Amino acid sequence: MSEIVRVHASSGTTGKPTVVGYTRSDIAVWSEVIARTLTAAGANRHDFIQIAYGYGLFTGGLGLHYGGEKIGASVIPISGGNTTRQIQLMHDFGSTVLACTPSYALFLSEAIEESGIKREDLKLRVGVFGAEPWTENMRREIEDKLRIKAIDIYGLSEVIGPGVASECLLQDGLHINEDHFYPEIIDPVTLKVLAPGSTGELVFTTITKEGLPLLRYRTRDLTRLNYERCKCGRTLVRMEKCLGRSDDMLIIRGVNLFPSQVETVLLEMSEIKPHYLLIVDRLNNLDTLELKVEVDEAFFQDKISQLEALRQKLQTNLESALGLGIKVTLVEPKMIERSEGKAKRVIDKRKF
Amino acid sequence: MIIHQLSVFLENKSGRITEALEALGEENIRITALSVADTVEFGILRLIVSDPEKARELLKKNNFTVNLTEVISVMAPNEARYYAKVLKILSDQDISVEYTYAFSVGDKSIIILRCSNTDEAIKALKSHEMELLKASDLYKI
Repeated sequence: MSEIVRVHASSGTTGKPTVVGYTRSDIAVWSEVIARTLTAAGANRHDFIQIAYGYGLFTGGLGLHYGGEKIGASVIPISGGNTTRQIQLMHDFGSTVLACTPSYALFLSEAIEESGIKREDLKLRVGVFGAEPWTENMRREIEDKLRIKAIDIYGLSEVIGPGVASECLLQDGLHINEDHFYPEIIDPVTLKVLAPGSTGELVFTTITKEGLPLLRYRTRDLTRLNYERCKCGRTLVRMEKCLGRSDDMLIIRGVNLFPSQVETVLLEMSEIKPHYLLIVDRLNNLDTLELKVEVDEAFFQDKISQLEALRQKLQTNLESALGLGIKVTLVEPKMIERSEGKAKRVIDKRKF
Repeated sequence: MIIHQLSVFLENKSGRITEALEALGEENIRITALSVADTVEFGILRLIVSDPEKARELLKKNNFTVNLTEVISVMAPNEARYYAKVLKILSDQDISVEYTYAFSVGDKSIIILRCSNTDEAIKALKSHEMELLKASDLYKI
């Protein structure tokens, strides 16, 4: 323990937080891989990086912080929350890079719209977003609204935190820093290693870590590895965007459901904002699934029949995509709690 | 002849109409007419007010989803046959009425109509010499 210079803890979404220890050398490795992450996103010493990930036990804030300093950028350690201040500093300091969760980026884009600050007066160019699953559609929405390039970054506290893998500006898979974290894809049931290119659960073996070395650590993330050389010139293996953590997976009436599937359907129907909440319950021994979706002005019509038709269409599309019965409820805007950290998308009221 | 009616999306939750009206009360908005359409889960509050643009801003500021909808208003004696006549004029022209509501002032009835084609509806009613009200007339009531 005398070699440990820092402890962090995972956000504990799956139960008790997992505590991880870093030696001095681990912190150096971490700074290095984040420096690569930021460089791949096009950041350099002339950038102002606004770090809106939480600082503290969560690895997001301090992880990005040290990497940002390593590339010589000017780091703004604002931490998460306090949206008004985020926008003010973004404007006053001329932040060019934003680091936060994708759901907070979306939240910020709405808050900027409402703040009266013009987009032209902001210098934001790129965002490095991670720490929760998000879809391609959500990426497009963030890119449209904030008018930036949205880069997906990946990591987990047990392995090191952010910096395990990240996209380059081509946004075609996340380059894994495999000289530090060796990836393999296994079958989650048989635990056997699968052939290159197969989809399965991602496991990591750390090569350089001292504080908490890992051997085939199961991430619970389902993905696929691509060993082709990227057009950006990097030779590091790329992982596809995760389908979602298997921890997020709900089993409803025996059917596997990922919240990201719901998001995809919602975003295909452009009239609807992607603010939603899934509520799972069990009535008379039967699982029930309800989706609350916010109605915004863009499609609100004053005819009951049109609103009902929209609700029905959404319900039909979801049922065919999920293979499950679902009840869709339209709710007023801002009725669903906005997240300043990880988004709460699911409430499971079932008691087992 | 076109009147801008406010339509507000509401969840079926107690207290929401109160909150909408309280928001309007902040700036002393006057309400000429009000109706609520409801389903099991949501409803639409429809309002004709003294200053629709300002009212819309106030509601938006309070996180309501609001639209301005074009409606027309006819004044007729408050007897059923006159209401029927108004509707017949429209149906004879194949103009459908999405919804309608009315209120009485003395022996007159003020009828509000949302039609599939507002301009055609105005033309049809005028040609039958029905008395159409302007927005400014309505706000004075």
